[in-house]
Amino acid sequence: MDLVGRTIRELRAFLDRGEVTSEDLVRAYLDRIEGWNPRINAYITVTAELALEMARAADRRIRSGQAGPLTGIPVGLKDLLITEGVRTTCGSRILEGFVPPYDGTVVARLRQAGAVFLGKLNMDEFAMGSSNETSAFGPVRNPWDPERVPGGSSGGSAAAVAAGLAAAALGSDTGGSIRQPAALCGVVGLKPTYGRVSRYGLVAFASSLDQIGPLTADVADAGWVLEAIAGHDPLDSTSIDRPVPALRDLQPEVRGLRVGVPREYFIEGLDPEVEAAVRRAVGVLEDLGAEVREVSLPHTGYAVATYYLIAPAEASSNLARYDGVKYGLRVAGEDLIDTYRKTRAAGFGPEVKRRIMLGTYALSAGYYDAYYLKAQKVRARVAEDFRRAFQQVDVIACPTTPTPAFRLGEKVDDPLQMYLNDIFTIPANLAGLPGINVPCGFTAQGLPMGFQLLAGPFEEEILLRAAYAYEQAAGIKRPKPALG
Amino acid sequence: MAWEMVVGLEVHAQLLTDTKIFCGCSARFGAEPNSQVCPVCMGLPGALPVLNRKVVEYTLKVALATHCRVAPFSRFARKNYFYPDLPKGYQISQYELPILEHGWLEVTGADGGAKRIGITRIHMEEDAGKLLHPETPGADYSLVDLNRACVPLIEIVSEPDIRSPKEAAEYVRRLREILVYLGVCDGNMNEGSLRVDANVSVRPKGETRLGTRTEIKNLNSFKFLEQALAYEAERQIDLLETGGEVVQETRLFDTQKGITLSMRSKEEAHDYRYFPDPDLPPVVIDPAWIERVQADLPELPDDKRRRFQDEHGLPAQDADLLCQSRDLADYFEAAVRLHHNPKAVANWIMGYVLRELNKEGAPPITEAPVTPEHLAGMLDLVRKGEISTNIAKTVFDEMWATGKPPEVVVEEKGLRQITDTSAIEALVDEVLARNPKEVEAYRAGKTKLLGFFVGQVMRATKGKADPQAVNRLVREKLGAGP
Ligand SMILES: [Zn+2]
Repeated sequence: MDLVGRTIRELRAFLDRGEVTSEDLVRAYLDRIEGWNPRINAYITVTAELALEMARAADRRIRSGQAGPLTGIPVGLKDLLITEGVRTTCGSRILEGFVPPYDGTVVARLRQAGAVFLGKLNMDEFAMGSSNETSAFGPVRNPWDPERVPGGSSGGSAAAVAAGLAAAALGSDTGGSIRQPAALCGVVGLKPTYGRVSRYGLVAFASSLDQIGPLTADVADAGWVLEAIAGHDPLDSTSIDRPVPALRDLQPEVRGLRVGVPREYFIEGLDPEVEAAVRRAVGVLEDLGAEVREVSLPHTGYAVATYYLIAPAEASSNLARYDGVKYGLRVAGEDLIDTYRKTRAAGFGPEVKRRIMLGTYALSAGYYDAYYLKAQKVRARVAEDFRRAFQQVDVIACPTTPTPAFRLGEKVDDPLQMYLNDIFTIPANLAGLPGINVPCGFTAQGLPMGFQLLAGPFEEEILLRAAYAYEQAAGIKRPKPALG
Repeated sequence: MAWEMVVGLEVHAQLLTDTKIFCGCSARFGAEPNSQVCPVCMGLPGALPVLNRKVVEYTLKVALATHCRVAPFSRFARKNYFYPDLPKGYQISQYELPILEHGWLEVTGADGGAKRIGITRIHMEEDAGKLLHPETPGADYSLVDLNRACVPLIEIVSEPDIRSPKEAAEYVRRLREILVYLGVCDGNMNEGSLRVDANVSVRPKGETRLGTRTEIKNLNSFKFLEQALAYEAERQIDLLETGGEVVQETRLFDTQKGITLSMRSKEEAHDYRYFPDPDLPPVVIDPAWIERVQADLPELPDDKRRRFQDEHGLPAQDADLLCQSRDLADYFEAAVRLHHNPKAVANWIMGYVLRELNKEGAPPITEAPVTPEHLAGMLDLVRKGEISTNIAKTVFDEMWATGKPPEVVVEEKGLRQITDTSAIEALVDEVLARNPKEVEAYRAGKTKLLGFFVGQVMRATKGKADPQAVNRLVREKLGAGP
């Protein structure tokens, strides 16, 4: 029986029927990781022993009839999720040797659910990047073409799921960091509403934008994982106390669903193959009985600039704690200030430094009003665009990324080009809305493409239902990348 | 030229909540270093702050006691700077939208009348940790204790309404009194529960514009506060009178030399890059919450002083002294409830109880060996004539030393007053018989000798006779008299 590359639901059925044990599963995944990770570099840390131990515990639980939906399912965690006893690097040298003494809320919830942790997944340093090339642990390669990037910053998470190195993975999305790599690797990536999932134990990049979410083989799996990790957490003041809808039994039903297509998302620079694929996907929804109409999100053009003030500003403060005093890297200097300088100079990569400087500048006395405050005002306008649009439609359909996966090194020296990769994903973060990338075919070159669905706040159920209906109807095959 | 000093004060007060402002760790003072810490107050990656509602409640109490307006909507902001005692690299404070504004306190002005000192704002924030410098000579490291990190503080910023070191000290004294009365701060300046920074400038009398100010940090006693302000104003006046200029800067008070020294100039001042903390939603205060806090508010010092004058008929000075702490005032009232002579109770407390309490190593008043019941009981004995006022002093000292109730002390020590007239009469006769010359002199008009005879009789009874009875009997026996 081929165990890797299966959905959570398939694995659940195997486990519940006793056809395989979680230990069998984990061994199969660990074998595959051992074979492929050296080429893909999706994992920074593989926790083989921990995984086997957790698998055996899960098997006991399954045998005693206590299994939950994720019990015994092998998953990978983006390496900015705090894991007790397992080093957490954030893809950075500055956290060298940092082994957290606590579990983040989402990690604790997965542990309680009986999920098995295969390891910690590679990412852009501190989640700053769209190609996974800023990781201090080397770039992740796209399983569909190892010369290409997997996207970022959750590049390891997307590549692992695409390559069958994890049944599912968790990532985080600040400006598209789940949806963009999901699109480039041909998997489903869901960014929940801001406040839906606790950020306690998510190493902060930009606190008002960050949100944890699943990357999975298909839409239904995303619902399964989200249901397990979502919900109010008293340890995160920005988590919202709202019931989590049932997401494990989605109906592929979109008749009468109003689908908006924002004209501002079909612009110059959008790859024609991607555009055609997205329009085909919208056509599928229409064929299923959805009402498609054009909508306008007039402030879309300001989103990237707004994001690149707010996110770096918050990051400049969030990353101040990495000073060599308490944990992680310390490069001793002449005195205290020199130690700070040397530690941070050695510990952070160039992209992180660039954003710390950008953010520090945007918050400086005399510039705050012109940059940070103005950006907050524009952010409110962007959110208002969506609020109005969602009075007319239930979901918005648009591209996830302007292009399919690009080549390693192609944009790494051109930050502006790199930043434009997130042009279609950033607005949902600014507005705090849920969004999902759904695979929608392959380019002539065989690279995966995805389209994005967005919904109003806390409308994950509608979002997943629409995505699921599309996925079922489109019948897009999930060919495995021809690794090696 | 006549100069005027202009002072505004920033007071940091540590709040007495059980737990810290943004995590569940104990906020108590004096534990083993780094024994009261968690991922949040250690600033570990991924940890997030959650506001302790008790801190808001305590701050609301302060609002009501200082006539501040409560903002229905306020925000926490991050104050960014690097220092090893600051684990996150920023302090969570409030900046643009503080929780309280526009309050005032009353002090005694230069003319002796009441003077209002405006309170610009009061905001909530977290404390930093503490650096410990090893005593080993040549040690090239310091240690960090994060027990204090994340302990709740409020910062109380006054208007520049203060015009003298005396006014400044009184303002802090009044403020401290209120905070202690409310039970929100222990007011301990030595341990840093109350820290004072001062903004000082001078200007020619009559000028309305403010001069260039300096900020003096960490004035940790009333004495240092007054000394530092007096010195700094003098320094600035000297500068201006000799053609110099005051530089806007932060200065430190050297308590040894009694002078202020430059710490850093305006150019070297930090740019704290304040911005709203995205981890904490706005603090929204429901008016019903303020009402609940109001209902639980204890009587405030000024109200109590007024009531002590009106209700107990005490002179202003007595009321002032007795109301300096809530415990002392409570002690007084507990005693007055049992012995209905407020002035007598006040005199005994001010004269004897406070004398004992001010001694080195004395217990707090709540643990005084002479309880209000004992004091009232003793005064009852005096009123009933069972002991004299003089004997009462002995009884008091004995009660303080042993903690025994007055009846027991009187009984054990045999201090009960001799009220048997025939016994006293016999003693009077004896004294008169022993001192014929004095008797003669008295009868010849030297009436001052009355005290001499009374004293002799009292001595013979070891003070236990009722002095009034002795007085009366001596006069009777001497026959004639004034
Ligand atoms: Zn703590």
